[in-house]
Amino acid sequence: MATDLAPPPVKAAKVAGHKPDRARTLWRYRWLYLLLIPGLAYFFVFKYVPMRGLQIAFQDFVPFLGYNGSEWVGFKHFVDLFTGPDFNRLMYNTLYLAFLNVIFVFPAPIIVALMLNELRINILKRSVQSLIYIPHFLSWTIVASLTYILFSVDYGVLAGWVHEFLGGQKIDYVAQPDWFRPIIILQTLWKTTGWTTIIYLAALAGVNAELYEAARMDGAGRWRQLWHVTLPAIRPTIVVMAILMSGNLLDMSFEQIWLMTNNLNRGTADVFDTFVYYVGINQGAFSYATAVGLFKGVVGVLLIFGSNWLAKRLGQRGLF
Amino acid sequence: MTVNQYRSVGSRVFDAINIAVLVGLGMITLLPLLYVLAGSFASESEISSRTFFLWPEKFVTSTYEYIFATDVFIRALLTTIGVTIVGTVIQVALTLTMAYPLAKRYLPGRTLVLNLVIFTVVFSGGIIPTYLVVRDLGMLNSYWALILPLAINPFYLIIVKSFFQELPEALEEAARIDGATEMGVFFKIVLPLSKPIIATFSLFYAVGIWNDYMSPLLYIDDSSRWTLQVLVRQLTGADAQNALSAMETVFFPTQGLKFAVVVIATLPILCFYPFLQKHFVKGVLIGSVKE
Repeated sequence: MATDLAPPPVKAAKVAGHKPDRARTLWRYRWLYLLLIPGLAYFFVFKYVPMRGLQIAFQDFVPFLGYNGSEWVGFKHFVDLFTGPDFNRLMYNTLYLAFLNVIFVFPAPIIVALMLNELRINILKRSVQSLIYIPHFLSWTIVASLTYILFSVDYGVLAGWVHEFLGGQKIDYVAQPDWFRPIIILQTLWKTTGWTTIIYLAALAGVNAELYEAARMDGAGRWRQLWHVTLPAIRPTIVVMAILMSGNLLDMSFEQIWLMTNNLNRGTADVFDTFVYYVGINQGAFSYATAVGLFKGVVGVLLIFGSNWLAKRLGQRGLF
Repeated sequence: MTVNQYRSVGSRVFDAINIAVLVGLGMITLLPLLYVLAGSFASESEISSRTFFLWPEKFVTSTYEYIFATDVFIRALLTTIGVTIVGTVIQVALTLTMAYPLAKRYLPGRTLVLNLVIFTVVFSGGIIPTYLVVRDLGMLNSYWALILPLAINPFYLIIVKSFFQELPEALEEAARIDGATEMGVFFKIVLPLSKPIIATFSLFYAVGIWNDYMSPLLYIDDSSRWTLQVLVRQLTGADAQNALSAMETVFFPTQGLKFAVVVIATLPILCFYPFLQKHFVKGVLIGSVKE
């Protein structure tokens, strides 16, 4: 339509004038583009080049032959994965931890932020905040070390206490498969809850004070204000955080799980990420490990788009 | 009503419980750290005989003297400090230079670049393909492998970009009218105005490299290039006894030693923390509230 309406000479003139125009824009913003180059190079080399490397999931990759020389085998590695002995265990362990994360880890910072928000003694509020932010800055190796120091049987404080007060055998918590998941969740709660409250506290600080005035005039007590004013006000933030979390559901923290895995709890501990490292780097099965990683990545993307769609269906704003 | 609502019995009980729980949370954060600190100054016999203590009966520093006389440890500490400093400078420089052009709404191609960046957050090549790239670049067993693959954190990039967008355009205009070049505006106007955010993200990046365990695990085999985190793992992990065979002649993993290594790996972070807390809260808020 548009092309029919435009007389040929004008169109030609436009096209002719277009190219120098773009060159002129490039030249005009040359310094800005120059600043952009190092960053772009980073994303290209360390993010997009590896995406090309995903092709080895469909090959029998031999490092010596390279990407082009290795033989294509289609979905062989995926079939091996889905029908193999490890898949059900990995899926179960991963989903179980994801489920526990949704139940315990996700709501925790919301609850703590609401409690901090109700705390009217400012010094106390600030002290508690300063303390609970700290674990975010400690490494997983430190958190794992603290866990071993507190929970292992040799000199574990907790093992000692339980033994002292409840009697019975001393339990080596870090070596028990049954205690693996509770310990992982406790670690995650300890390390992440405080820091995540920052985001909810920011949202809480933005709630219009007049809404509380109005609620009070209507006779609302503190619980009703919480329910009818505070929670609705921070709902968009909760939704965004939920969507972000859903994309990471299968991305169990590699370092955390790897550090807490030992020969005794391996059956419960193995998740997709640690399995990828184990078969890929330790055993050199590059192609198979890449297939496992790709499967996990695709499910993660589907989850994030799925929950975004769901959020919109439920009348929330969503991420994109 | 307005005044009284905080004085009802229910309300007071709520406040009391609330305060108790929050103080409890603070304690749960603090106590393990204090115990490790106290334990690192306690004698071996005291650690094994007392369950929990915050002050050693007998104050000894032999563990630290031993550690700081050991090559393996000194080397790991210097490696970590060096990699952290160089890495942070590179990361902050790359993040600032990339965020600035992306903050200019009028820059053609900006949206495309932003989308390319955000896509890497949602989807990535994963552990093995990234490992192969690092290997193909000849960076295995090189300190660069601990720095370059993590050079830009997309989340930090977006937050810094949002911060730049909020800077008053008029200042830059004025500088341009006075004859400043684009580079001049960036270095003389924008960067000096961004000190708080530069401080914040320097801290975040530095902590990230200091704490990184996955990169050395993936890319460093050579034990003379171990970082502090690897050493912490080697000394305090469940399989510490087995893993130690390589260095057993140098180190004996007593409990006190484990405590001391944890303290040394934690201390620098806790020292900087109070000075930067003000900044990082502000820095995070800029990012989260503005979206």
